[in-house]
Amino acid sequence: MKQALERIEQAAKKELSEIRDSKELEALRIKFLGKKGDLSAIMKDMAKLSAEERPVIGQIANKVRTDISEAIEKRAEELKAAASELKLKEERLDVTLPGRAPKLGKLHPLDSVMREIEDIFIGMGFDIASGPEVEYDYYNFEALNLPPDHPARDTQDTFYISDKILLRTQTSPIQVRVMEKKKPPIRIVAPGRVYRSDAVDATHSPLFHQIEGLVVDKGITMTDLVGISKMFIERLYGENLKIRLRPHHFPFTEPSAEVDMECFNCGGKGCSMCKGEGYIELWGSGMVHPKVLRNCGIDPEEYSGFAFGMGLERLVMRKYGITDLRLLYENDLRFLEQF
Amino acid sequence: MDLSVKWLKDYVDRDYDIKKLCYDLTMTGSKVEGYETEGENIKNVVVGKLLSVVPHENSDHLVVCQVDVGKGEPIQIVTGAQNVKAGDIVPVALDGSDLPGGVHIKKGKLRGVESNGMLCSLGELGLTKHDFPYAIEDGIFILQEDCKIGQDIQSAIGLNDTSIEFEITSNRPDCLSVIGLARETAATYGMKFEEPNPQYKGVDGDITEKINVVIENEKLCRRYIGGYVKNVRIGPSPRWLRERLRASGVRPINNLVDITNYVMLEYGQPMHAFDARFIKGNEIHVRNAREGESITTLDGTVRELSPEMLVIADAEKPVAVAGVMGGEYSGIMDDTVDVIFESASFDGASVRRTARKLGMRTDSSARFEKGLDPRLCEPAILRAFELVEMLDCGEVLNTKIDRFPNPPKNGEVDFTPDWINRFLGTDIPAEKMVEYLERIGFKVNNGKISVPYYRIDIESKADIAEEVARFYGYNNLEGTDLRGVANAKLTPAQVLTRKLESACTALGLYEIETFSFISPKYYDKINLPENSSLRNSVKILNPLGEDTSVMRTTVLPSMCEVLARNYNYRNPEAKLFELGSEYIPTVEGSLPEEPQRLAIGVYGGESDFYSVKGIVESIFEALNICDVDYARAEGDCGFGETAMFHPGRSAVASVDGKNIAIFGEIHPDVLENYGIGTKAYAAKINVSELLEIIPAEKTYKPLPKFPAATRDISMICDDETPVATLEKLIKTAVGPILEKLSLFDVYKGEQIAEGKKSVAFSLVMRSKDATLTDDQADAAMKRVRKALGGTGVEVR
Repeated sequence: MKQALERIEQAAKKELSEIRDSKELEALRIKFLGKKGDLSAIMKDMAKLSAEERPVIGQIANKVRTDISEAIEKRAEELKAAASELKLKEERLDVTLPGRAPKLGKLHPLDSVMREIEDIFIGMGFDIASGPEVEYDYYNFEALNLPPDHPARDTQDTFYISDKILLRTQTSPIQVRVMEKKKPPIRIVAPGRVYRSDAVDATHSPLFHQIEGLVVDKGITMTDLVGISKMFIERLYGENLKIRLRPHHFPFTEPSAEVDMECFNCGGKGCSMCKGEGYIELWGSGMVHPKVLRNCGIDPEEYSGFAFGMGLERLVMRKYGITDLRLLYENDLRFLEQF
Repeated sequence: MDLSVKWLKDYVDRDYDIKKLCYDLTMTGSKVEGYETEGENIKNVVVGKLLSVVPHENSDHLVVCQVDVGKGEPIQIVTGAQNVKAGDIVPVALDGSDLPGGVHIKKGKLRGVESNGMLCSLGELGLTKHDFPYAIEDGIFILQEDCKIGQDIQSAIGLNDTSIEFEITSNRPDCLSVIGLARETAATYGMKFEEPNPQYKGVDGDITEKINVVIENEKLCRRYIGGYVKNVRIGPSPRWLRERLRASGVRPINNLVDITNYVMLEYGQPMHAFDARFIKGNEIHVRNAREGESITTLDGTVRELSPEMLVIADAEKPVAVAGVMGGEYSGIMDDTVDVIFESASFDGASVRRTARKLGMRTDSSARFEKGLDPRLCEPAILRAFELVEMLDCGEVLNTKIDRFPNPPKNGEVDFTPDWINRFLGTDIPAEKMVEYLERIGFKVNNGKISVPYYRIDIESKADIAEEVARFYGYNNLEGTDLRGVANAKLTPAQVLTRKLESACTALGLYEIETFSFISPKYYDKINLPENSSLRNSVKILNPLGEDTSVMRTTVLPSMCEVLARNYNYRNPEAKLFELGSEYIPTVEGSLPEEPQRLAIGVYGGESDFYSVKGIVESIFEALNICDVDYARAEGDCGFGETAMFHPGRSAVASVDGKNIAIFGEIHPDVLENYGIGTKAYAAKINVSELLEIIPAEKTYKPLPKFPAATRDISMICDDETPVATLEKLIKTAVGPILEKLSLFDVYKGEQIAEGKKSVAFSLVMRSKDATLTDDQADAAMKRVRKALGGTGVEVR
């Protein structure tokens, strides 16, 4: 009987090695371990054994049962692993096929750069102000120390709606509106569309964007203007680029300065972007003219301030290497998708 | 303003490194745009003497010349020019020479005869007859200059000056002159500037016997000096003078005219010369033009004058437009005998208006309009007299007429060194400031600064601060940080804009930027009715063209343009948005309203009416706006653009009865107007109005504790019945336990009668206090069936 049990175990192990799938495995389990299986059949003969033999054979039989069960379980795991491997293999994909996620839209490059600049100024404590694009001559020119027939008006070819109303040629009228309404301290930037009577070409557009800044408080100095210029450049370009101030003239600031920054492309060595100059214009700026403060009801003896303003289009064009301004207003998707 | 470096050296003599000079002047405020050295593109061209000129053996129109170019052996050159003979002194381009325009000369053979260079004409050297009046245009330039054989042509004909181009700002008309820039140069280098002091001898004669001057409008003419030159000898100016004019970009004409231009360039004071023969009645009246008067100006154009324009007139008629241009009739001619010089001061604003109205901006008007002090008139005319005698081209009377009703006084500004340092953020010693100011002609005495007459721009201590800063050096200003706390934040409108931008991009829309001005024809293109109030736009008086002549009252046509453009570029699909303004006229003389709008445009891909509606719905969801009602866009729905949409496929969205968006399929006629060959969709959302609707805060709702009961219901109703009507009935019937109502099927066709449709909803019901029993759910469904049945809907 002992031999019979050993035979069963050997037979089971042999057959087990030839099993292909879980179905055959189950059949095998039933054949050897089932109620009507080989092992059970042998166990029926247990009664015939002597009392001495019974526990010995019983022990052997139990071991054979355990061994076979374990072998079956092990085989089952092997089969599962193989099946799973096969399935994974079958499910293999071409991972280079394109994704199917919903397509994201994008902001226009002018707008995304404007937001970037706005955020830099918010971080420096500047509120964002706005004002009408169709504006009174008073706010666009007169209050800014540009009375009628001032020669500097020629540099800003103006679209008129009537003799008193025009399309603002600069974002500066927003300064005046803010100063009229709010007592210092004032710290604002004013972004927006401005209009000048320039025919459309690769570098001109009758509509473009400016962003303008204004700070008015007690004890504001021209060196504060230098400080803000440096900080802004550092935040926008992330590097310690040198700046350079050149005397200039704007009717609404005195002293006035053009602020140049070292070319971020060549680091000041001179390249096509800076036309060999090593510097590119950042913004026009200056200390707010006492007349302008007075026009807005702010006492220039008590307060001082500075202002600065720059065009957005040129900055965006330089940032992305765009050489034709018209592309910005054409809105060809093949262009917009690139940003 | 172009400045001749040679001319500058007359006043501030220094060994200039041009590049450094340009940089240094830019840094003290005289911005250099660029510079050009004359003749720098000419190389290896020398003065030669023709030794012999003989006919070419193989050609009728060529000659062979032996030319002495100062290198021992003469060289042989073949030329086609007809005006050369032995003994002529000519410019010779040697083998391997460069000429203007990128021309390169090499030796070669002409009809078999060796030619070792080229004899040059004026044109080939980049010159014109104005530069050398004695030369001819179409032939070799026969030199009459004092020069040596073999000498470089540049030095021989004075082509070695450098001309620096300045961008002079409108506040500094004094720098539109050689003297003004010389003053700045001297101050930049800390050198002393000698103010010029022109002298002339003159001949005896009483000018009042020759001419009388009356200023009739003292407001527009603050000073008029008249001078008289007898027995002039009109001819070309000497070379040095012509060279100076040329380097300054002014064309030489004749000696008398050249003198007036020379003085204008040197002093910044425009002058004029009249032929005394043509001043009728020997009277000069400075007066306003009379109605109907006209004048033929020096450029040969007839100009209609109007009464606000100031003119110089004789006893009968205008002879010059004051400060702008002289008349042709009274101009200097070859046979002019006596000349009247004018050095006058005209009101800048008036000159500017006149020049603009006549459409002629001249060197003269450009100077006057910036404001010139009347005290500049005298040194200028004295310089003109000096030049007449220097050129020996006439006899200057030693008397002059000077009408100067109200001589101004020098401006005075307080000297406030402490304030200036506080203002600039500097620590400049007062003595240093005085030094800077005195360098540019200011005088500082007892706390007062006396401003020189030519600095019309200096009015206040801020102006003085700029002068100090300029010479202290802008780049010596160290940056400082702003002090104090500033609490910056976005306004609700700015927050809304940013939310809309991120919602739109998340929905796959690309942002566009379009012009705010459009063509009035755009209104036709979107089918606006003739009487639409949207056709009432803010109009631009002086537009660039019709295409940009009115401020848009609707953002939608710009969107349609961009859709059409992308369609034409064969971009297969487009999903676009623009956050832009509309400009709605209010009352005459007031500013228009500028409400903000969100425009959306879509074509291609899987777009249809419902995908656009989905975009609109998602935008409302992103803004936390629930309870939006949708109705067909028709009639007086609050939007004037209904006619641009398909009447059966457009809708208006409203919140609390307020219409806030219109959207739908673009009308086929409009698509045709734009040449869009596919279905396209658009939406417009009134952004400014959204601000009042958006709920301020969100509140958390507890997650459900009890299970829900789900029921489906299917019905047949008239095809015309909107699903929204059914939804409302169901919502009301179920009451607060209705958690979610979703449409899952709409069917028309087989098994459904003509004019009917089958609609099916799924309802999720839940009580927040207890598990909803089947009985409760069934009772609710019973109410629904009753409600629907009451309206003639057949529940299945």
